Amino acid sequence: MDNLIISQSPHLHAKDSVKKLMYAVIIALLPSLVLSIYFYGIGAIVVTAFAVISAVAFEWLIVKYLLKKEPSIWDGSAIITGLLLAFNVPSNLPIWIIIIGALVAIGIGKMSFGGLGQNPFNPALVGRVFLLISFPVQMTSWPLPIKSRLINWHFFPSDPKALIDGYTGATSLGIMKEGLKNQEVASSIMEKIPSHMQMFYGEMGGSLGEISALLLILGGLYMIYRKVISWHIPVSTIVTVLLFSGVLWLINPQTNADPLFHLLTGGLMLGAIFMATDYATSPMSNKGKLIFGAGIGILTMLIRVWGAYPEGVSFAILIMNAFVPLINKGFKPKLFGAKKSK
Amino acid sequence: MLKTFPKGGVHPPENKLSADKPTKILGIPEEVAIPLQQHLGAPNKVIVDKKNKVKVGQKIVEASGFVSANVHSSVSGTVTKIDEIIDASGYKKPAVFIKVEGDEWEESIDRSKDIIKDIKLSGEEIIKKAAEMGIVGLGGATFPTHVKLSVPKGSKCEFLIINGVECEPYLTSDHRLMLENADELIIGTQILMKALNVNKAFIGVENNKQDAIEHLNNIVKKYTNDIEIVPLKVQYPQGGEKQLIKAVTGREVPSGGLPIHAGVVVQNVGTTFAVYEAIQKNKPLIERIATITGKSVKEPGNYWFRIGTPVNMIIEAAGGLPEDTGKVISGGPMMGKALNSLDAPMTKGTSGILIMQIQESKRGNIMPCIRCTKCVNVCPQGLEPYLLMNIAEKQIWEMAEKEHNMDCIECGSCSFICPSDRPLLDYIRFGKQKVAAMIRARSSK
Repeated sequence: MDNLIISQSPHLHAKDSVKKLMYAVIIALLPSLVLSIYFYGIGAIVVTAFAVISAVAFEWLIVKYLLKKEPSIWDGSAIITGLLLAFNVPSNLPIWIIIIGALVAIGIGKMSFGGLGQNPFNPALVGRVFLLISFPVQMTSWPLPIKSRLINWHFFPSDPKALIDGYTGATSLGIMKEGLKNQEVASSIMEKIPSHMQMFYGEMGGSLGEISALLLILGGLYMIYRKVISWHIPVSTIVTVLLFSGVLWLINPQTNADPLFHLLTGGLMLGAIFMATDYATSPMSNKGKLIFGAGIGILTMLIRVWGAYPEGVSFAILIMNAFVPLINKGFKPKLFGAKKSK
Repeated sequence: MLKTFPKGGVHPPENKLSADKPTKILGIPEEVAIPLQQHLGAPNKVIVDKKNKVKVGQKIVEASGFVSANVHSSVSGTVTKIDEIIDASGYKKPAVFIKVEGDEWEESIDRSKDIIKDIKLSGEEIIKKAAEMGIVGLGGATFPTHVKLSVPKGSKCEFLIINGVECEPYLTSDHRLMLENADELIIGTQILMKALNVNKAFIGVENNKQDAIEHLNNIVKKYTNDIEIVPLKVQYPQGGEKQLIKAVTGREVPSGGLPIHAGVVVQNVGTTFAVYEAIQKNKPLIERIATITGKSVKEPGNYWFRIGTPVNMIIEAAGGLPEDTGKVISGGPMMGKALNSLDAPMTKGTSGILIMQIQESKRGNIMPCIRCTKCVNVCPQGLEPYLLMNIAEKQIWEMAEKEHNMDCIECGSCSFICPSDRPLLDYIRFGKQKVAAMIRARSSK
């Protein structure tokens, strides 16, 4: 036998692969997608399908013709970017806008930095924020949830303005912000919007995949169980928002929404569980992850309460993404046997 | 809650195929090739010549300096040549070739099975004799035992830990030794305690060896209350020296320091047995147990072999080399070395021969780092393997040193877990060599 394989230790490898991790994320996102289709109908399917297909297609084209390499689009990461982009837009978004969003997400957000693992900013959020700034009307006319809308095939609109009355409306967070600005009392605004329970399981207007805290949390638990993500970022983000909004609420419950409201709206769960935990754009150490999550929580609340936009999760995550290299330098894992006196 | 080390680690499939196979004695080959250097440290020198007749247990290679070790003939016969042979490292190394004639032992060696409980030698004499008998660490690192037992001035040893963890998958030689030679092991521990002048010793055993834990507990009762058997959580690398010390005593060996800086000395169970034989039976280190194992191996087992026996021979004893062999490893799958020659001699450091199937031998395609942080989370030393690899790729060695790359214990957990199949440890090792050279150059200035 003279053709023995020679390599250095270790000679074993765990069963994990990039593909398996990515597909676990996709599985974790599916329940929310199903609920979205239930409430928003075929629009949710169309937007998601176009987001995913164009994200994958743009990555393939860029790798093949611009970078002139062999594309490896089936690692699943472009699919996730497409899915998350779709989750962050209204389900009645015109197809051409979602295609532009996918191009920006993949092209600018991911590939221009070198592709898988290299991008400093969450690609789906780069796409989302680009669309929000470029197409504010289309991006903020959210369809209202109507049970079993799936059967109403004529629903999908070519012009979103045609459906503003009756079919679309502001999100709960938007209504709250507008109401508070007009000196209304928080408790009376609450009567105009879905109950906490409805918001918890997802019967409310909003972006396609942000609506059900329940299903997003289930997805998160699944990812933690599969060791795809650790608990640090979601828990730290959620706890920070809870504390921040809790203090405000205790100071004056009339002019501030309650903490639970803040947790259940504005894509906080989607952001904390699926967007902030994006591998390439979050810190490497557990300490760093806790700081990162806390930063997202604080920025989200600052924007929500005192900023121009009703919701702040996207901006908060992107801003904290920019701090990741610094966090990685400043918060390292504890060295075994590190000298205690410093 | 079982004791364990605080951070990181992995749990590869245990695959202890040969755990219930009692040890057998591997026959004596027609010729042995005994490498001169089977220890970590300074090279030593041959004291026999071509055509010399040697007996089993006769010293044939002499230590040159303190951190060095004697080597004894494991067979009787005639020295045919002193030549090079490819060993487990894959490189040609000098060895004494002996053609075997009969099995004639040095008369001073007590070959009876009697267990001798009385420890007559003083601590100092024990250390001297361990050196004379060529005892080195049998856990794999092969560091000369007498050096470890010589506590440097200014340090004090408070605990002795006997390493019976055997956290490497597949390997069972330490497990079998604990089951079959528990009396000798306990006396060996007492000998080491005397040499180190300590009152307390622990034997750490991973909890997947319940039978060994129970058996040792039964035996130790007959001897002393000062030796405690400590069951440990099944978590790789539980048997890493620093991890074991932390798990058992709660003490942390300082970064860049030695176990003695935490007041602890660790010895492997195989070494402890060898010390017993050396001190009580006058027997040099000329044989040890190795596991022969692998998924396709017909008869996995555990064998006493004479140092210098070719790897081929133990493979034949286990039913021959399987058809689907891809890799043959000396040692365990996490830290062992892939052999490029099956004529390589088995040495003092050979704890097992693992035969891997072709499909499990190949590495996956290297993907970009996705920064999933798994390598950071599994590193038991609190390092950032992804970063150390990046730095090594860019060859910025000052930075590698600053990021503590020399603290890496090369357990391989990072490469094992990496979903992108990145060769993290390969690069970190490369960096360690460079930084070690840099440190040497600096201190020689």
